[in-house]
Amino acid sequence: MDGLLREYLPILIFLGLAIALGLVLIFAALIVAVRNPDAEKVSAYECGFNAFDDARMKFDVRFYLVSILFIIFDLEVAFLFPWATSFAERAQSGDMIGFWSMMVFLGVLTVGFVYEWKKGALEWE
Amino acid sequence: MTVAAVIFYLFACTAVASGLFVVLARNPVHSVLWLILTFFSAAGLFVLMGAEFVAMLLVIVYVGAVAVLFLFVVMMLDVDFVELKQGLAQHMPVALLIGVVLIMELILVIGVTLWADDSSPLRVAMAPAPEAIENTQALGQIIYTDFIYLFQSAGLILFVAMVGAIVLTLRHRSDVKRQSVVFQMHRDPAEAIVMKDVKPGQGL
Repeated sequence: MDGLLREYLPILIFLGLAIALGLVLIFAALIVAVRNPDAEKVSAYECGFNAFDDARMKFDVRFYLVSILFIIFDLEVAFLFPWATSFAERAQSGDMIGFWSMMVFLGVLTVGFVYEWKKGALEWE
Repeated sequence: MTVAAVIFYLFACTAVASGLFVVLARNPVHSVLWLILTFFSAAGLFVLMGAEFVAMLLVIVYVGAVAVLFLFVVMMLDVDFVELKQGLAQHMPVALLIGVVLIMELILVIGVTLWADDSSPLRVAMAPAPEAIENTQALGQIIYTDFIYLFQSAGLILFVAMVGAIVLTLRHRSDVKRQSVVFQMHRDPAEAIVMKDVKPGQGL
């Protein structure tokens, strides 16, 4: 257990460095930078006329489709990692069920992939 | 206190504090960012427990994909969030009820694993000895064989999610010209161009 945690020590150090660097940059900007705001400087700029409305607008639903398809294949790949580390051990002793169960899993998702390709869900009009 | 304990309290406090800020942040986009911090600290806690693979999964799937999805959902909704926050007092009883139910469930789970009479074999079955075998490999040895039905149904759920997302959100716009590569390649100069002999002063 301790050996495992010791392997993660570099990541912890990197994490500490990243947080420290982020804080230093934020506070350096707060302390060092010249700030002299007035009403015109901080208002939204919209080429020559007053801003019409809020800059935030609704996103197209197609972004959602792209990201959910990404999540699905992300999970599929996540399932591949433990399989790749362990199936060879079982297969050597003649137990191929782990191998074929993954092949069926990939087959099902390939059917889904073909469906989305043919439907044109991967195209951005 | 050992170093591991200090790090545990660091991650745990970060998780609780950032979880609180998810609820309290005024801007929903900030809420999502706090949620990402919560996921990161939870991943740190998983590493401290020796569950490396789950920790990495949390970073890859939740931080990398689910948080982005939440961000899109927040940006897609046309809800006035300032107005939504004003009903805090009204929703408080329901929220408290849900919180109490969640706490009771957590107590039940912890009670079953810690204090129940036959809990010691349960605890042993939960985790293999981390020194003997690597975490990812230990998972791989059981997911695809011992839990093959659950694994296959996970595949089917992913498939249904894929088809469902496409059916629900894909709209083909008919006013947009699409590129058909096959059609383009099969264009033939002999058919595409017609030569006309136009007499002067007459036109077509």
